[in-house]
Amino acid sequence: MLQTPLNAFHRECQARLVDFAGWEMPVMYTSIIEEHNYCRQHCALFDVSHMGRVEFRGPDAARFMEHLNTRNIGGAAPGMCRYSHMCKDDGGILDDVIVSKFEDHFLVVCNASNREKLLGWWEQQRRGFNVEITDRTLETAMVALQGPEAMETMSRLLPIPLDDLKRYRFKTGNVMGADYFVARSGYTGEDGAEIILPANLALMAVRLLISRAEELGRPIKPAGLGARDTLRLEAGMPLYGHELTEDWDSITAGQEWAVDLTKDFIGSDVLKRVKAEGPRRKITGFEVEGKRIARQGAPILRDGQQVGTVTSGTQSPTLGKNIAMGLLDSELATPGQSVEIDVRGTKCTTTVVPLPFYKAKK
Amino acid sequence: MPVPNDRRYSQTHEWFKLDGNVVTVGITQFAADELTDITFVDLPKVGTVVEGGSHFGEVESVKATSELFCAVSGKVVAVNGRLADEPGLLNTDPFDAGWMLKIECPDPSPLNNLLDGPAYDKMVSEH
Repeated sequence: MLQTPLNAFHRECQARLVDFAGWEMPVMYTSIIEEHNYCRQHCALFDVSHMGRVEFRGPDAARFMEHLNTRNIGGAAPGMCRYSHMCKDDGGILDDVIVSKFEDHFLVVCNASNREKLLGWWEQQRRGFNVEITDRTLETAMVALQGPEAMETMSRLLPIPLDDLKRYRFKTGNVMGADYFVARSGYTGEDGAEIILPANLALMAVRLLISRAEELGRPIKPAGLGARDTLRLEAGMPLYGHELTEDWDSITAGQEWAVDLTKDFIGSDVLKRVKAEGPRRKITGFEVEGKRIARQGAPILRDGQQVGTVTSGTQSPTLGKNIAMGLLDSELATPGQSVEIDVRGTKCTTTVVPLPFYKAKK
Repeated sequence: MPVPNDRRYSQTHEWFKLDGNVVTVGITQFAADELTDITFVDLPKVGTVVEGGSHFGEVESVKATSELFCAVSGKVVAVNGRLADEPGLLNTDPFDAGWMLKIECPDPSPLNNLLDGPAYDKMVSEH
């Protein structure tokens, strides 16, 4: 297993470490529910160093980005981050990414599980493009600070002015000889930022951040991948390998907002057709009655017929209900529709609900 | 912390405590810790006959769902009613207040094939 630069920190905090996409990652430190709640109420720190960070430079970098991404990248000004998908010719989703536009290059942050796949894909697709592709993953670390207290705490602790950092914008600079990148983005449904810094300084920086936050009376608690999943699910955010796969397209996955059909990109023909005809199935939100958790693969039924499949499910710590996302026949994918989910033999009454399940108060 | 040595343990982390002809069944702290925050326990009703070697219920957590296996056959004579509203009892006190079932067991001899406390601790340490 690969280890992130924060591995020693996880061990110091007695994290439960697991193999995630070939990386040794903390699934939790104290309890998934405690960490989840602390993020929603205060400020949690996530090690996301395992995610891929790849730079694209050169005369054709912008054209290459436009060709690969469903989202309009050219319209982004330097300092902007855009959520996007990269698809195959048949519209199947290869990954969801965040593309950050700099003056002279682009940074793509992708899922850890897809990094090798994408590096291979980009090599294949780069013919005819004068572009330099540099994988920065192993020389950098990335942490996310998420929660209603995150921005204020960071403002007080970091020598970086953050008042003017809007959502989906980033800043870069140098603190004590270290180049940093801070983007006001996240995967929890809370306000906060994602920070990229050099790998060799990350451990010291995180330890310092935690101890200074403690002194300030605004403690930051580390949170693991378990809480990361319950948080993103409550926020209705898709996870690759669950709501996003190569077996269906971005519109079916409910992410049409990240697709710009006025331009050509790999898979745009298929997506245009799906848009015109309407997707046959859609990723949808559900509230499951009872105490059982519907998990990926559970059949969704209506009048005894299978009409869909669960892609993710959990008991929502914040809402106190069982929630799920799943691929459902489009005719049934309207809020209020009643279906059943077969949870390991028990049929649970389920209602289609709008996404997200949870929204942070502004 | 070593597990109590007044009962036997299965490889699948259930414990079985014999008292006369009644076997009390639960899961170990190790199992509860692996699952993390337990949200639901699915247990058979009083009067159900359980078969040794087969699965009798499920434990669910935010993270995963796990089947429960019974080492002995018999009739369920009691179910811990607290677990319906307090499934977290399995995380905080799995060996005592978190007991799951009591089974009237005519033949408890399969328990002899299970691990005693020290053997279970050894198995877990090599996990």
